[in-house]
Amino acid sequence: MMNINIVIRFDKFLVKKYLLWFLFFYLNSGIIQAEPIRLATTTSTDNSGLLQEIIPYFEQKTRNVVHVLSVGTGHALRLGQDGNVDVVLVHAPNAEMHWLEAGYGVNRRSVMVNDFVILGPKNDPAGIRGERNAVKTLQKIARGKHIFVSRGDDSGTHKKEMALWKKARMTPSVTWYRETGQGMGRVLQMADELNAYTISDRATWLVLRSKLSLKLLFEGDPELHNIYSIIAVNPSRYPGINYMGAMSLIAWLTSVDGQNKIRKFKLDGQSLFFPTAILD
Amino acid sequence: MNGLLLTTQQALQLLFTGDSELWSIVLLSFSVSLKAILLTTPFAFLVSFALSHGKFPGIRIILAIFNSLLSVPTVVIGLFLYVLLTRQGPFGDLRLLFTQTAMIIGQMILCFPTLVALGYAAIQAADRRVWETARTLGAPPWFSMLTVFFEVRFALLAAVLTGFGRIISEIGISMMIGGNILGYTRNITTAIAMETSKGEFAQGIALGLVLLLLSFLLTALLSYLQGHKEFTT
Repeated sequence: MMNINIVIRFDKFLVKKYLLWFLFFYLNSGIIQAEPIRLATTTSTDNSGLLQEIIPYFEQKTRNVVHVLSVGTGHALRLGQDGNVDVVLVHAPNAEMHWLEAGYGVNRRSVMVNDFVILGPKNDPAGIRGERNAVKTLQKIARGKHIFVSRGDDSGTHKKEMALWKKARMTPSVTWYRETGQGMGRVLQMADELNAYTISDRATWLVLRSKLSLKLLFEGDPELHNIYSIIAVNPSRYPGINYMGAMSLIAWLTSVDGQNKIRKFKLDGQSLFFPTAILD
Repeated sequence: MNGLLLTTQQALQLLFTGDSELWSIVLLSFSVSLKAILLTTPFAFLVSFALSHGKFPGIRIILAIFNSLLSVPTVVIGLFLYVLLTRQGPFGDLRLLFTQTAMIIGQMILCFPTLVALGYAAIQAADRRVWETARTLGAPPWFSMLTVFFEVRFALLAAVLTGFGRIISEIGISMMIGGNILGYTRNITTAIAMETSKGEFAQGIALGLVLLLLSFLLTALLSYLQGHKEFTT
């Protein structure tokens, strides 16, 4: 029924193997690398490829490792508030101000701008093409009950959209308003499939443009300015936070070198973000 | 249709030209899930053995609990761990959120009930006399236990493979407490979700193919082992 010899060999083999694996695991987890800088940022900066392009320069120059978490602005601010990240790069000035006032962050610097654009089906049933005013554009979409896809995820883009609805004195209703809770890329794809209108940051739109049949129907209203700022998480709230790392990332992104790297980042020959730190 | 063919073609190209980013994601996925399963297996089988050979009250209830835990949604485990590991949570000081270690812990929790339940079934199927004979021959309990394990090794291996299949293909835990950080916690499933949201279907399909191939291999291995088991017993 059983062979004791085999059992003994099997036993030794097993014990050795597990010991090795345990050792491997604990050694692995024990290696202390330079404390990473945890950056929570918006999907637009990450999905556009900007961070993947410029962060390695920073890592090389300062011998830091940056862990990028790409989420919506609301989520990013929450991660900072809870001390789960060291620094946030976000785009919702009002929310950022509240956040700073509540003492969650310090040293806010604006880094770059681009703008929001309003997109829709090619035949433009709401007739917003040629419109000059963002608020009126949204009113047209709402009055005509044309389908509008919203992020609905408390991201910077969603916050901007909500502010615009408020200015337009319109309450979105489920009959034509689709709140998805998805990231920008997903929302653009959904709007495309549903032949709907939506609002997007320009960077994500440019990245996905070739894959969509949506058309850019409205742009250029100063109301649609999109300002990205970087803020360090308040180190006095969480003693273990990598404040020095956060500050060096802020310093580099707002330096001549960092700003130039942002300016030089292009897609199809078009700039996606315009640096602002040194101008202001 | 053309688009689908084209994307699949691009995906295969990515796979076979050794796109380094893609393969590093695959490697990371395997490294995390392998560690999780190897760290869980010994303890889980110990519990299975205690449940099948032990005599204490409540065994049936414990078994029922493990069986119901088999289908716990991964996002629930993710959320549960998030609340525990966030800086303001009870284990916040460990700073484990958004690390590989957190992913490993999450996957360990996920595969534990699977291993216990399937391990229990395997050990139950073993001949009772294996344990009794080993004990009468003077083997200490732990050694007798290993003897039982050896008797049902194929079924146990099948349990491990099933557990591995469950954790390598999960996304809820990896996304929520791993955070999809490039080169650090981005694994196959979170990368697929992200690439899809970016409209990069080729990259997503390539990674999906790796998972499909893996599940095919695991299933083949499982059915081979099951055949083997029937043959020997």
